Parts: sequence; structure tokens; C-alpha cells
Amino acid sequence: MNKREGEGCPHKNSDAAQDRDAGSNPSSPVITAFKVFQQELDTKHDKYERLVKISRDVTIESKRTIFLLHRVTSVPDAEQVLNEADVKLDGVRQKIGQIAEELRGEDIYQFHRAFTPGIQEYVEAVSFLHYIRHRSLISLEQINARLVFMRNGKMEAQGSAEAVPLAAQVLTFQVTPSDYLLGVADLTGELMRMCISSVGNGDIDTPFQLSQFLRQIHDGFSYIGNTGPYEVSKKLHTLRQSLGKVEDACYTLRVRGSEIPKHMLADVFTSRTTVIDPEEGVV
Amino acid sequence: MSVSEMFSYIQGFLTADHDIREDIRKVVQVLEQTAREILTVLQSVHQPSGFKEIPSKCAKARELFCTVRTQIADLKTKFPAEQYYRFHEHWRFVLQRLTFLVAFVVYLESEALVTREEVAEILAIEVVREKGFHLDVEDYLAGVLIMASELSRLAVNSVTAGDYNRPLRISNFINELDSGFRLLNLKNDPLRKRYDGLKYDVKKIEEVVYDLSIRGLAKESESGGDK
Repeated sequence: MNKREGEGCPHKNSDAAQDRDAGSNPSSPVITAFKVFQQELDTKHDKYERLVKISRDVTIESKRTIFLLHRVTSVPDAEQVLNEADVKLDGVRQKIGQIAEELRGEDIYQFHRAFTPGIQEYVEAVSFLHYIRHRSLISLEQINARLVFMRNGKMEAQGSAEAVPLAAQVLTFQVTPSDYLLGVADLTGELMRMCISSVGNGDIDTPFQLSQFLRQIHDGFSYIGNTGPYEVSKKLHTLRQSLGKVEDACYTLRVRGSEIPKHMLADVFTSRTTVIDPEEGVV
Repeated sequence: MSVSEMFSYIQGFLTADHDIREDIRKVVQVLEQTAREILTVLQSVHQPSGFKEIPSKCAKARELFCTVRTQIADLKTKFPAEQYYRFHEHWRFVLQRLTFLVAFVVYLESEALVTREEVAEILAIEVVREKGFHLDVEDYLAGVLIMASELSRLAVNSVTAGDYNRPLRISNFINELDSGFRLLNLKNDPLRKRYDGLKYDVKKIEEVVYDLSIRGLAKESESGGDK
């Protein structure tokens, strides 16, 4: 309960200041009004901080899930890894449920900045898992469909001030289209890494599938262009780089795949990507 | 759903979002124009001749607030009521200016701090979020801070115009405002930045009061905080 202490100190200071300035009139309408504002602002800031904290947890757990999913290319039993990732993501969804709980009755855009990084990371993780399983892009509806929460008693304690009608027993969290878009843009970076590592494991098919898929996503982003949010145009640049790397990988495989023994492919490939890297920085 | 289908769905959403923002921008532009007109009307109180005309200027400003009310009513129709904060940035600035103008008018009339409820009433908006288009507490406070710097200017100009008592009353008022703001635990945000400027306004008014009292121009009896 650090927060309480942190709050106490400035409060004492301001009390002293108040004695000095308006000591003759501590209960003036102005001071009374500002006491109300103080409460309102503190409540808002506290909620914001709580959301930031949950969002950070969501980010960390999602990142771990992504790392876990990268192991899929190197282990024999992919299904086991995927199931483990599913369990992890369930935990993440629990946390998003907490966000939804905090936001009940609020305007989600008021606190959007507090949790958008976490949500983007979640979209990245969940779409990565979906791609590995189904080789397709998860849709926004599919993501949102899994973010429906039943309310449980424990959360009641920190519930928002206003009375909640009985109909609000089921909580939903809606990922905004922009968050979805940014999450998908991040996904492409993961797909690029997956492509490179799968070559390292002698998997020849996956890179071609991935380049196909990445091209589709790239086309999609080009279609949206700069009509989207500001961050999209920034991510588009990284997306181009990722696509370039994957396309180069496929090129190398095609050209040299026939002449080099399979077990040496990985070596050829890694030496080639290191040559590409510095060029990429210039572009 | 294929990748391209998904992207055209998102694109549709983005276009709709863009259109709403365009609409809002247009209305806000008109609103800003009206706010500037009101400001021009009120600026004349800084003229030496303007001090006698304060009541008539305030009345004129209040008339113009009727226009503001219809324009805000128009703005309300441009977006879904529950998505206030999604588009907040568009009218945040103008709403702060309007709050300042309302607060200034009310101060000139009654020398008291306008309450958030009064501002909301004059602008025909709500105080609490649940009821629709409302005045965010931070915007209200920002508006009040703009008024503080306007008052420090008024204090200087009222001395020039020969009104030696007004600065003392303004000084009391600003000091009270300052202690009010000190109650708040502000985060490192725009409001905090603006609040940091308040001490310069306080300082300036204190200098004016000092100049007056050292020359015996201020009557001691006036300095005991009325109000």
C-alpha cells in the first residue's frame, strides 16, 4: 500500500500550504471545491496506474508465450507446445478480464493509453498461435469472442462507484481495430524470426508458406496506407524489412537448395542473412 | 476470413472513424471562432475606458454564449455519446478556452470562482460523464488556470486605469486559487505544466500589490479578505 503513503505526504504539505495562504478561511467554497477535485483526480490516476500495471503483466506474459511458440520449430511434439501456449494465454485473458473489470461503466478510450501496449502484445501472441495452428490470420471477431468474462465475486470489492445493473454480469472486452492492426504488424516480425529458425532446422516448406502469408499482410497494410493511425506507418517500414528478409531467404533456398546438401543449408543461410543485415539498416 | 477481407474490414472502420473526425473538426472550427469573438469582447476590459463597461461587456459575452450552446449541441450530434474520450482531443482546447471565458465573465460579474456546475450550465453540457457530453475536471481546471493569468494582466491594467483596489481583491482571489490547486496531486501532464505557470501569476500580482502598498495607494481595510 505504497500508494496510500505517497498520497499522505503531499496532502500534509498542502495542508500546511493551505494554513499559510488561506488560513483565515480554510472552509471557503474554493477550498471545498478543490477537495472534491482532488478526490476525483486521485481516483482517476489510481485507476490509470492499476491499468498500466495490468497492461505490463499482460505484455510480459504475452512475450513469454511468443518465446515459447518459437520453440515449436525445434521440438518434435509441436502440439504440446501449442497447448502450453494456450494455457499461458488463458492466464493473459484472465488479466484482460481485470482490465475489463476496471473499465466497467467507463469510457474505454479515456484509459486507452494505459493498456494499449498490453493489448497489442496479446494480439501478437494470440495471432501467432493461431497462425501456427491454422496457417491463417486470426480475425478481430475471433479475438474479441474469446474476451468475454463472467463476473466473479472477488472483483466486486474494487468495482466502480456506480451501481451495476444485473445485466452486466457478463463482461466483454473489445480490442479496437487500431490495436488489432498494430498487433498484427508486430506479428510479422515474429513470423520472420520463425522463418529464419525453421530454415535452421532444415524445414524447407515453412519459409515459402510464410513469405506467402507475409506478402498478403504487407499488401493489406499497403491498402490501408497512411489512413490508419500514426503508428501504423512507422511499423510499415519494419514490416517491409521483415518481408525482405523472408523473401531473400526463399530466394536463397530456391537458388542454392538444389546444389547444397540439406545438412549444410542452415550454414549457407545464416551467412547470407548476416550479409543482408547491414544493407537493411541503410534503407 | 481471408487476409485481404480482414484488411478491407479494418479499412472500412478507419474510413468511418476518419469521417467522424472530419465532421467534428468542422464544428470545432466554428466553435473556436465564436470563442475568439467572446475573447475579443472581453479583452476590452483591459482598456482604461473598459472598466466602466464591465457589466455591459459581460452581458454581451453571455449573449454570445447562446451561440456556443447551439454549436455544442451540434457537436454532440456528430459522434456516439459514449465515445467522448475517443475524440476528446479535438475539442479539448476549445473547451478549455470556453471554460476560461465563462470563468472570466463570472469573475468580472461577481468576483467569485465559477463552479464546474455553472460552467456546464452556461455551456449547456453535463458535469458527470454518465449523462453525456460533459466537462472533464482537468479541462475545467485548465480553464481556471488560463483565467488566473488573465487576472494577473487585469491587475496590472487596473492600476494603470487608476483602480487601486481591484489588484488587492484579485490578489486574495488568486491566493485562494493557488492554495486550492496545491491540494491536488497532479501527475506530470499538461495540466501540471500549466499549473506550474500559476506561481508567476501569483508573483506578478504580489508585486503589483507591493507597489501599491509601499506608496500608500492601497487602503489597508480592503486587503482583509472579503468574499
